[in-house]
Amino acid sequence: MIAQSFDYESPGTIAEAISLLQKYGDEAKILSGGHSLIPMMKLRFARPGYVIDINNIPGLSYIKEEDGYLKIGALTRESEIEHSGLLKSKYPIFGDVSKLIADPSVRNMGTIGGNLAHGDAANDHPAAMLALRAEIVATGEGDQQRVIPIDEFFQGFFATALKPDEILTEIRIPIPPEGSGGAYHKLERKVGDYATAGVAVQLMLDYGVCTYIGIGLTNVSALPLRASRSEEILLGKTLTDDLINESAQYASEDCSPSTDLRGSEEYKRAMVKELLIRMVHRAMDRAVAE
Amino acid sequence: MSKKSITLKANGAEHNVIVEPRLLLVHLIREVLNLTGTHIGCDTSNCGACTILLNGKSVKSCTLFAVQANGKEITTIEGLAQGGQLHPLQEGFKECHGLQCGFCTPGMIMRSCELLANNPDPTEEEIRWGISGNLCRCTGYNNIVKAVQYAANKMKGEAVTA
Amino acid sequence: MEIQCKTSKEISGMGHPMKRKEDARFIQGHGRYIDDIKLPGMLYMDIVRSPYAYAKIKSINAEKALAIPGVLAVITGKDLEKYGLHWMPTIMSDTQMVLPTDTVMYQAQEVAAVIATERYIAADGADAVEVEYEPMKPIVDPHTSLDKDAPLLRPDKPGKTDNHIWHWEVGDREATDELFNKAEVTVKEQIYVPRIHVASIETCGCVADYDKIENKLTMFMTTQAPHAIRTVIALVAGHVGLTEEKIRVISPDIGGGFGGKVPVYPGYVIAIAVSFLVGKPVKWIEDRSENLQADSFARDYHMTCELAADKNGRIQGLRIKTLADHGYTDAAANPSKFPAGMYSIVTGSYDFQTAFTEMDAVYTNKPPGGVAYRCSFRVTEAVHAIERMVDRLALEVKKDPAELRMENFIKKEQFPYKSALGWEYDSGDYHAALKKAMDIIGYDELRKEQAEKRKEGKLMGIGISSFTEIVGAGPSRHFDILGLKMFDSCEIRVHPTGKAIARFGTKSQGQGHETTYAQIIAEELGIPAEHIQVEEGDTDTAPYGLGTYASRSTPVAGAAAAKAARKLRDKARKIAAYLMEVSEEDLEWEPGKFSVKGAPEKSKTIQEIVFAAYTNHPLGMEAGFEAVHYYDPPNLTFPFGSYICVVDIDNKTGEIKIRRFVAVDDCGNIINPMIVEGQIHGGLTQGLAPAMYEEFIYDEDGNLLNGTLMDYLVPTAVESPHWETDRTITPSPHHPIGAKGVGESPTVGAPPAIANAIVDALSHLGVTHLDIPITPFKVWKVLKEKGAAG
Repeated sequence: MIAQSFDYESPGTIAEAISLLQKYGDEAKILSGGHSLIPMMKLRFARPGYVIDINNIPGLSYIKEEDGYLKIGALTRESEIEHSGLLKSKYPIFGDVSKLIADPSVRNMGTIGGNLAHGDAANDHPAAMLALRAEIVATGEGDQQRVIPIDEFFQGFFATALKPDEILTEIRIPIPPEGSGGAYHKLERKVGDYATAGVAVQLMLDYGVCTYIGIGLTNVSALPLRASRSEEILLGKTLTDDLINESAQYASEDCSPSTDLRGSEEYKRAMVKELLIRMVHRAMDRAVAE
Repeated sequence: MSKKSITLKANGAEHNVIVEPRLLLVHLIREVLNLTGTHIGCDTSNCGACTILLNGKSVKSCTLFAVQANGKEITTIEGLAQGGQLHPLQEGFKECHGLQCGFCTPGMIMRSCELLANNPDPTEEEIRWGISGNLCRCTGYNNIVKAVQYAANKMKGEAVTA
Repeated sequence: MEIQCKTSKEISGMGHPMKRKEDARFIQGHGRYIDDIKLPGMLYMDIVRSPYAYAKIKSINAEKALAIPGVLAVITGKDLEKYGLHWMPTIMSDTQMVLPTDTVMYQAQEVAAVIATERYIAADGADAVEVEYEPMKPIVDPHTSLDKDAPLLRPDKPGKTDNHIWHWEVGDREATDELFNKAEVTVKEQIYVPRIHVASIETCGCVADYDKIENKLTMFMTTQAPHAIRTVIALVAGHVGLTEEKIRVISPDIGGGFGGKVPVYPGYVIAIAVSFLVGKPVKWIEDRSENLQADSFARDYHMTCELAADKNGRIQGLRIKTLADHGYTDAAANPSKFPAGMYSIVTGSYDFQTAFTEMDAVYTNKPPGGVAYRCSFRVTEAVHAIERMVDRLALEVKKDPAELRMENFIKKEQFPYKSALGWEYDSGDYHAALKKAMDIIGYDELRKEQAEKRKEGKLMGIGISSFTEIVGAGPSRHFDILGLKMFDSCEIRVHPTGKAIARFGTKSQGQGHETTYAQIIAEELGIPAEHIQVEEGDTDTAPYGLGTYASRSTPVAGAAAAKAARKLRDKARKIAAYLMEVSEEDLEWEPGKFSVKGAPEKSKTIQEIVFAAYTNHPLGMEAGFEAVHYYDPPNLTFPFGSYICVVDIDNKTGEIKIRRFVAVDDCGNIINPMIVEGQIHGGLTQGLAPAMYEEFIYDEDGNLLNGTLMDYLVPTAVESPHWETDRTITPSPHHPIGAKGVGESPTVGAPPAIANAIVDALSHLGVTHLDIPITPFKVWKVLKEKGAAG
């Protein structure tokens, strides 16, 4: 398994990287963690003429709270997310997600930016980002930054709202108010597998009433999916078992999984339902514990 | 396709080599540096036989290009024993019968190195999750868990038993 | 069970948990595996493979490949045809393409080989070869293979008019049919044991190195059977001048074999042919995808199983009809007279009046194979059938499966026991093993807990498997491979200073032969195992043997070691008598020395005796201290065990959690308990694999849908439970050291224990059988059908 030959560039600034993207156009691929790209290249499913390695651009790896946002640099490794004290204490949903991505060695390379920019509905961060209503910061020519709401980011099969000469540089999440909690889980055939189905839930409780809700689904539709009807029915209500059930039922109806080695469409719909119920409960527990 | 000149430190020794950009790090290690203790078991970063430390972090060297290691430091299984003294993990694998065919062993040990660096006192569950990116077809993992526990105890200065 | 050691720890004979001698190199990265071998001027080979399962090759255009600097040649079937090397025989007397001249028979079949100066250039070359195919509709489902309108897959075979390969049967058909007609209770299930793959972490590969001046081929190769391979090469290529004395096969360290490194794959033959033609070493190393997609599969038996009993559950008769999917050729790795391997062990641990089993093998458009994935030739399939059926009967007669087993086991006093299908079991105590497993796991308590859980609507299951293995092929009157009798060998040379080298016809792939063989010799001669160097895998130096597979190393080569050592002990006695000037009868042996009866202060150590063999040997006696033994076993050995598995099932997601798994094994006398336990752990995880994770899935066009480790689900440390092991010891009466094989028992015994536990958890819902691998999806589906999905 050997990749086809390519030219390698390792820019030291974003501006340099952007100009290389402009120069090489379709023939270029950005290398971040590389654990989606490199296997594809080894199998010769991907044959870029130019690989632009952004790992030597400083200042793209951080986890911080600033200006009312949790900000995560695009080159932040999954392992850094998994072990971050800030995320562990205030955003446990990130730990849920990271721990289930591939394995520890892959997580030492894999980046959150790459996980999102790959535009793969089977990846795990997209669902959580939908639940958290994240914003994607894209940097283009002249260091121009553009903020893309997560709901507009995923556009098609392995396609995102990033322009050919833009690089995903940051993820921003509005800091959830007190009383918030989130959770993610996926069913997998074995550890490190892509999801059979995954559900991310972020919510806020105010004296038992749900004042914020975000629900994202993994690998049960062509794009990472927001379970809108499931959110609507919960918002502003006291979360009873019946209500949660109904919400879960909506999600199982609104997703569009396909039958494959991981199970039938029907199974996946049922799993979305079950996981949604479990994740709402786990998020509620965490919201109360906050 | 232009070749690249890269500099890296492998097991403490400085190397300057000119490589094709597509050269996988694992092939640099095995074919150019002749450190054949790092193995290749799959094409898809699933098996972990090629695990090494890159700047102290475990990575799968079959899923990095050698150029990505430019300016960095790698440690392979050959660099683990110091001054003729086996690393506690190497000792643990032997004492606890944590290997059979030996093919996954270097990767398993290198992965466990970082595991113990991050978590000097792991539970069985944490060890199992910690080595979940390294496949072993021979041992059934029981004794690998024991070997890592042995090394953890030894590194803490506690008495060890196989 | 406590092991009694006859030798001191310093000698470390049998029973000592000696640390492995081979580990020093493996833990420091100094193992020498096939891809570590690098020879001057070495070329690299990469293979072009078919994207189609069944297609005519219209053309192969190598122009673009040959234009790449560094690509030296592109080899096709037509090229090999010139030398009569485009086909090769299989062990089962079928034929297999090395490279096709006109038709490809399965997806990923070799189509052409590219030879280049570098590995990366060879890959570029393979990518650049253009092949034009005319795809045809393949046969994927073996059940349709014998349909009238099915295409004839092997028109190359003279006189062949259908896709049937062979029919095999054993037992008394009439008596069995009659018994079933009269039986009070009969049960029947369709049981499929799916197509799986050994997936050793090291793939296969070779370096073929033909020296034109010496006219000698050195073949470095990941093979479990180097000597047999040498003979096969000579038989296939003798006509072009490669005669057997000019062939040296070297099997270096092997990164796991499990049966997958027994066959000769086309890549090996091409590499030899190219090296022979160009006079340079040629390296070929498979990718993982090639390994999974094209190398020999295992299992793939569709079994219709029936059991007859009286109304109390007293087992009487067994009837099984099997359809075996062999792919496009029968390239199974069995003893030649056993097309279905040892499947006739299918009566298992039970005392049957009569039994009959028959099997039909068919061709399909899938890769060939039929290797014994860590099992002694189709024993896994047989054990799965019988252990599932015994549980099925227990359900039918409403008896606890443990009780039903206890009532039907062959009794200790019945050994040696002649089975209804003709085997003579050497020894066993099945009741003791099951009792021990039940005590360890707390069986009765678990049954009570299960009853409580059921009231709460929770799913919990307990599964038992009480298997009997048949290993150590085998007695030469029955067992051969292409006529080569299945003996094995040991040659011991003790140097003047009392240190030894021992060479064997087998080849370790992780079993620890360098340690265990040394321990056997230490036991017999009293020379410390530390001072006995064990060597295998080089046909120029080792005595001839049939290799390591089917748990035969200890039963056959281990016996040869003991026998060769005993020849030396006889010689030592003579020398000792001479040195001490007493008669041989006056000498007493204890490990490491002969002493004079009644005068223990008068003695000679083995080291003194060996030194004398070189410096002061008796007149008329040959000098030196060497012996060789070729051991032809009088019978096979029959290891056994009882496993109990406890599972909890999530009734909403179908997820299965193995709560506990207790394995009680009996492999007779134990050479090294640490290694035996390690073998059992590993085998259990390889039993878990097909029980819950591994299975090849083909679509209707014959495309393999899970041909990488992303989708072929090899269990990690997370899936694999914490195995609990224990033992009973029932020595083999016919084996020189009372040992049996062990490496494969757990792979054979674990799947039915797990399947039985899962079915047990669902049995109150009317579930009687689920095919392995039993996945959460499969469980959820059946819960849904039964209206019990939460």
